[in-house]
Amino acid sequence: MLETSICNIELRNPTILAAGVMGSMASSLNRIYRGGAGAVVTKSFSLKPNPGYRNPTTVEVTGGVINAIGLSNPGVEAFREELKLVDEEVPLIASVYGASPEEFASAAASVEEYADMIELNVSCPHAMAGCGAAIGQDPELTFRVVSAVKDAVDAPVSTKLTPNVTDIVEIARSAEEAGSDALTLINSLGPGMKIDIKTARPILSNAFGGMSGPAIKPVAVRCVYDVYRSVDIPIMGVGGVRDFQDAVEFLFAGARAVQIGTAIMYDGPEVFMKICRGLEAFMMAEGFSSVDEMVGLAHD
Amino acid sequence: MDSMNVPEVLEIKRIVEESETVKTFIFSWDFRREVRPGQFVMVWDFRDEKPMSVSLIDHVRSEIGISIRRVGEFTGRVHGLSEGDLLGIRGPYGRGFELMGRNLLLVGGGIGMAPLAALADEATARGMRVDALVAARTVDELLFLDRLEAAGVNISTCTDDGSCGFKGFAHERLLELELEHDMAAVCGPEPMMFQVMRILDENAVPTQLSLERYMKCAVGICGQCCLDDTGFRVCAEGPVFWSQELSRIREFGRYRRDPAGRRVPW
Repeated sequence: MLETSICNIELRNPTILAAGVMGSMASSLNRIYRGGAGAVVTKSFSLKPNPGYRNPTTVEVTGGVINAIGLSNPGVEAFREELKLVDEEVPLIASVYGASPEEFASAAASVEEYADMIELNVSCPHAMAGCGAAIGQDPELTFRVVSAVKDAVDAPVSTKLTPNVTDIVEIARSAEEAGSDALTLINSLGPGMKIDIKTARPILSNAFGGMSGPAIKPVAVRCVYDVYRSVDIPIMGVGGVRDFQDAVEFLFAGARAVQIGTAIMYDGPEVFMKICRGLEAFMMAEGFSSVDEMVGLAHD
Repeated sequence: MDSMNVPEVLEIKRIVEESETVKTFIFSWDFRREVRPGQFVMVWDFRDEKPMSVSLIDHVRSEIGISIRRVGEFTGRVHGLSEGDLLGIRGPYGRGFELMGRNLLLVGGGIGMAPLAALADEATARGMRVDALVAARTVDELLFLDRLEAAGVNISTCTDDGSCGFKGFAHERLLELELEHDMAAVCGPEPMMFQVMRILDENAVPTQLSLERYMKCAVGICGQCCLDDTGFRVCAEGPVFWSQELSRIREFGRYRRDPAGRRVPW
């Protein structure tokens, strides 16, 4: 009943671990899958190792967290070693980032053999200059990154977009025209910040960080809704999904699956199973027999 | 009120010099936010933030203490602070020690005695008999001996160089002891814990051990402290694990990860 597919990748259910959350190691990716997720996205990897920012890198705010981990990762060589250890049956989406179309293409090509799909992080709101949202806010740069990756790999490619743009539809179309096979909407919002009022200091060492969690869900649902009407490729919705009702909203807005991240802070890795149980009960009560029937219903 | 996942800036109420390199920083604490021995807090000095275990839990005086060994830049800066200065504290995080039975064995190496000192206070207050094997490289680094003695703990010491007590490693000393305890709690350098766990397992002593890993978020999402192969998060499922759990952790005693996530052998 919960089965769905994206770009011909069969998923046992539409819940997916979002990039950047418990995604650096095969052990945690396997754990999340065994715990109930339909697929997993790795933490974003780059060609060279990156220690990320100094702590504090995460702080809770009303309705979620802001984080500036700084895309820390051990580099693509070590990443390949981890991916080899991910269980065979786990649908795996490898998230990559770089500072140029060539870096994206090279990183994607070197992990392609271990991944069912490549997700392009052109949307991190706290990456170093030239990476992340600096790309995803520019339709032309987005087009060039997606094209370069599509030339370099055979695996399907999803482009993860930032909501921090005037018109997300324009960027989404640009990614689609460049050959993106799917879209992931949205990355964290902002950047935002939190200041300690006793010392007048920004708490995050980077001062700013990306906002995630329940508070960004309305923005994410709107982005999915907007983009669904304007593109023909499948969408993975992400942003503030914490319970099955949230997942249903995303499906109705036009997503074929939902990615889940910050909810693990509140509910643990069991959140995937919890959402799937709720979703199944909802579908039975409402007379849906497949996830497909629900996708985009809010548009009718 | 902000959540526990936001640093609360607190005044350092007192500083206790435990040794040449270890100081305990004591703060007033509102115990509506419960703290267990073995749990840790994230300590923010307005430039960096590190996990530190809680070494003193005093419900009567409404205080907690954090014992910090001076090893690098961050701990050096914190050691330079005075009473009345400020530090940010968020937490507490993770799973602490559980107490059971009547006879408790503590095995602590170096600054690893910090959470065990808090556990010893609770265990003796409950009327448990507590034996402690306090280990360090030299006599100067043996920690909390006076405090343990005042609490009524039976102490044996062990130093690498023989400057106090048994000369040798903690696990070597352990082989000479009667290990008939209802439980053991262990904290120290991981290679030490690896050996100690083996001996306690052979003697069928139920054992809990406290692990240390590089931490970023401490709220269970960044994945930095996940352990191979189970994916247990040290900040959430740990830092205290039962030995049966650690027997499934392939990296225990072998490697840890640096801030980028690369493996670093012990």
